[in-house]
Amino acid sequence: MRVYLDNAATTRVDPAVAEEMKKYLTDIYGNASSLHAFGREAREALERARESIAKKINANANEIVFTSGGTESDNLAIQGICLAKKKGKLLTSTIEHPAVNNTMLAVKERGFGVVKLAVDSEGFLNLDALQDELSGDVILVSIIHGNNEIGTVQDMKAISEIVHDKGSILHMDCVQSFTKVPIDVKKTGVDMISMASHKIHGPKGVGALFVREGIEIEPLFYGGPHEFGKRPGTENVAGAVAFAKAAELMTANEISKIKSMRDYLVRELLEVEDSLLNGPGIDNPNRRLVNNANITFKYIEGESLLYKLDDYGIAVSTGSACSSRSLKPSHVLSAIGLDHKIIHGTVRMTFGRFNSMEETKYAVEKIKLCVDELRQISPFKHSFDNYDVKG
Amino acid sequence: MKMDAFRYSKKVLEHFRNPHNMGEIKDADGIGRVGNPVCGDVMYLYIKVKDNVITDVKFQTFGCVAAISSSSILTDMIKGMTIEEAEKLTKDDVLKKLDGLAPVKLHCSVLAVEALRKAIGDYRKRKNSERQRNC
Ligand SMILES: Cc1ncc(COP(=O)(O)O)c(C=O)c1O
Repeated sequence: MRVYLDNAATTRVDPAVAEEMKKYLTDIYGNASSLHAFGREAREALERARESIAKKINANANEIVFTSGGTESDNLAIQGICLAKKKGKLLTSTIEHPAVNNTMLAVKERGFGVVKLAVDSEGFLNLDALQDELSGDVILVSIIHGNNEIGTVQDMKAISEIVHDKGSILHMDCVQSFTKVPIDVKKTGVDMISMASHKIHGPKGVGALFVREGIEIEPLFYGGPHEFGKRPGTENVAGAVAFAKAAELMTANEISKIKSMRDYLVRELLEVEDSLLNGPGIDNPNRRLVNNANITFKYIEGESLLYKLDDYGIAVSTGSACSSRSLKPSHVLSAIGLDHKIIHGTVRMTFGRFNSMEETKYAVEKIKLCVDELRQISPFKHSFDNYDVKG
Repeated sequence: MKMDAFRYSKKVLEHFRNPHNMGEIKDADGIGRVGNPVCGDVMYLYIKVKDNVITDVKFQTFGCVAAISSSSILTDMIKGMTIEEAEKLTKDDVLKKLDGLAPVKLHCSVLAVEALRKAIGDYRKRKNSERQRNC
């Protein structure tokens, strides 16, 4: 059996999405900016896709800018504001995806102020710290909505109120949360949100940035007048159509199916001795992404577990230092205060629409087996006593 | 051989899947315990020595694929060696036997060799104190 439990990394394109997409590659291939019938057909499809994405977050269609994915959306939001405002300070969190983290690093090098706000042990933003750091010169606050490692879902409305109280602008990276958590841009007042198609069973290389009407951002590159002047380049009609279709297929029913598989897996794995769930509890879907499980098995190392499971056809990921090129443990797990040796044994399992309960049961069985085998190899059995041996 | 980061050689995976000499020797003649402050891995190596020859060896490792396979192959290599021969082993000997490791994983082979040096050191210390006691 092959079980893909790495849906936070990317997902399988739904065959229905691929089918829909194909039509816009081989049949309706016109340039959406052309005046002739070929162009008009493409334009109609593109605008339908835009409407559809807008509807999912209660936005207006003219507030949706199609991009090449989550990374570009994050860059467009952050750099776009910096280019428009020319100077100022930005606030972000300690648990951002590299698409935000490294963009912040880049604008810092260009002279903008950047302050990282701390999170609590479940990954929730410290709202007092946000309040304290907000001042007149803060041009943007960018906070990850649904965390890709530990699944923490921030309180969009509460953050938005604080940010707007001080007259600043709020961007949220919703690449992981889009369609999994209800998002209402009107009710919450958030100014920009990033989305990506490949996290929800759509194709890679397409995403969107919601930009509230009236928020001024500069494009990152120059060309034609496409996408309201915010993102030039001949529109990726097939990608946009596929993205919209994928979003439509993420129904409430599918979300609850995903949650029940995730819940089963977490409950079963927490039965394993000396295992812990990282991030918020699994009960409230508005506090933790329904598809995310992040578990530490003490006394073993995550990369080893990943490879053992790989032999059984099960795909997971890990935040262990051993799995990173820099040999640094995950900055997210560090930010929530996890000890180095606890991070060492962390694995992330993320579900998608194509997982089944049968797969979940198989995965649970094999994970338990592999944890047991690795613990037999480990010098630590029931405690980390004498862990601090000198090298 | 150019090693792609995170692509392990067949040899490495073989040892990882089926580690040799894993476990603890309760009445070991020498124990080497080392930890890697960078990545957090920990390795214990136990040796039994008779007439200056390593007759038995076991390891316990809290670490990644590279750390586990480095420990496993090292135990194979040193079994039957004299203390002096074992002491001369370097990380390059381990790497050669494993058909290489990616640059970021080289430190895992270093850890295995350090565990061995420490176990030998421990063995010598015990032997010396035994001798003193016998005086
Ligand atoms: C939270 C978050 N933001 C941004 C990205 C980047 O998105 P993309 O891969 O579409 O560029 C990802 C996915 O890797 C993500 O999980």
